[in-house]
Amino acid sequence: MEKERHVLVVFPHPDDEAFGVSGTIASYTKSGVPVTYACLTLGEMGRNMGNPPFATRESLPHIRKKELQDAANVLGINDLRMLGYRDKTVEFENEAVLAAHMGSIIKEVKPSLIITFYPGYAVHPDHDACGAAVIKAVKDMPENKRPKVHCVAFSNNCEEEIGQADVVNNVSEVADLKVAAIKAHVSQTQLMAAEMEEQLKNQDPAVMARIHNERFWTYKF
Amino acid sequence: MEPVIIDQVQKELDRFAQKEVYIHLETTNGAYASHFDESFFSSGAYIRNALLQYEHGKITGNGPFRVGLKMSFGWVYAEGITHFEVDNKGRLLLAGHDFSGKLAVSLQLSEQPF
Ligand SMILES: [Zn+2]
Repeated sequence: MEKERHVLVVFPHPDDEAFGVSGTIASYTKSGVPVTYACLTLGEMGRNMGNPPFATRESLPHIRKKELQDAANVLGINDLRMLGYRDKTVEFENEAVLAAHMGSIIKEVKPSLIITFYPGYAVHPDHDACGAAVIKAVKDMPENKRPKVHCVAFSNNCEEEIGQADVVNNVSEVADLKVAAIKAHVSQTQLMAAEMEEQLKNQDPAVMARIHNERFWTYKF
Repeated sequence: MEPVIIDQVQKELDRFAQKEVYIHLETTNGAYASHFDESFFSSGAYIRNALLQYEHGKITGNGPFRVGLKMSFGWVYAEGITHFEVDNKGRLLLAGHDFSGKLAVSLQLSEQPF
């Protein structure tokens, strides 16, 4: 992994960082690189309520906020920002205003690397809208001031259209932190995490590869 | 939340009748449904804090349950209700969870905005 000065992670939902990026985050914080995580919503409209359900539509944001803080602690993130947008509505915000908000955070944090979703290839409309706002904000900066942007993509057509990921981080050294971060989002991951731990114990090669390697596409402006 | 107890929910529906109430009504199959199964047609809708008044409301069925609120000029309807809760703010939260426990539908009533 390239040495960074400061990493800014921008995602719309608590737990967006967990599966594909938490190992990368933990690797950075472990080596002393500060990480700022800006999370747009509290996942208010999530469908996972625990089974049997322990969350309600109204208690879910409070529960997920706590889970997000727990995950941030596990990953050594000491600058966690919750931006107060509402789940499932990010794409309906004014695009220029949203991009300006992202721009103001970038300007303040001055990251050398931003991690966000690849607009158009991130499945959930909030993911695409979040990624698009970050890309627009960076595009609006003078070329020589722009940080690198590593995007997460996972739509079924992404490799066909944007090719293979050009950055693959091996995070096996911090796999335990990654699993702990995933588990911190109890309401969303309780079933999946149990299954995953079992597969890891059995050294299921497909699961090991998925957990140990995090893939990113460098955005080309 | 706990599994619907029809008498208790009916009592709550009666409590909110004939006064101005804020409604949260939602159906959802999640933003990932078509990602995991491309033959699945994803749909959903929600309205949060619609202010309305109903003449009477009723919960029916053998579970999952149906709820209908009759207004002077229309209806509010939800199907697939499995769980309920009156939260610490006195709001009636009704929800339907699918076989894996995921929220599929919710209907909530409150005298204050959600
Ligand atoms: Zn998400």
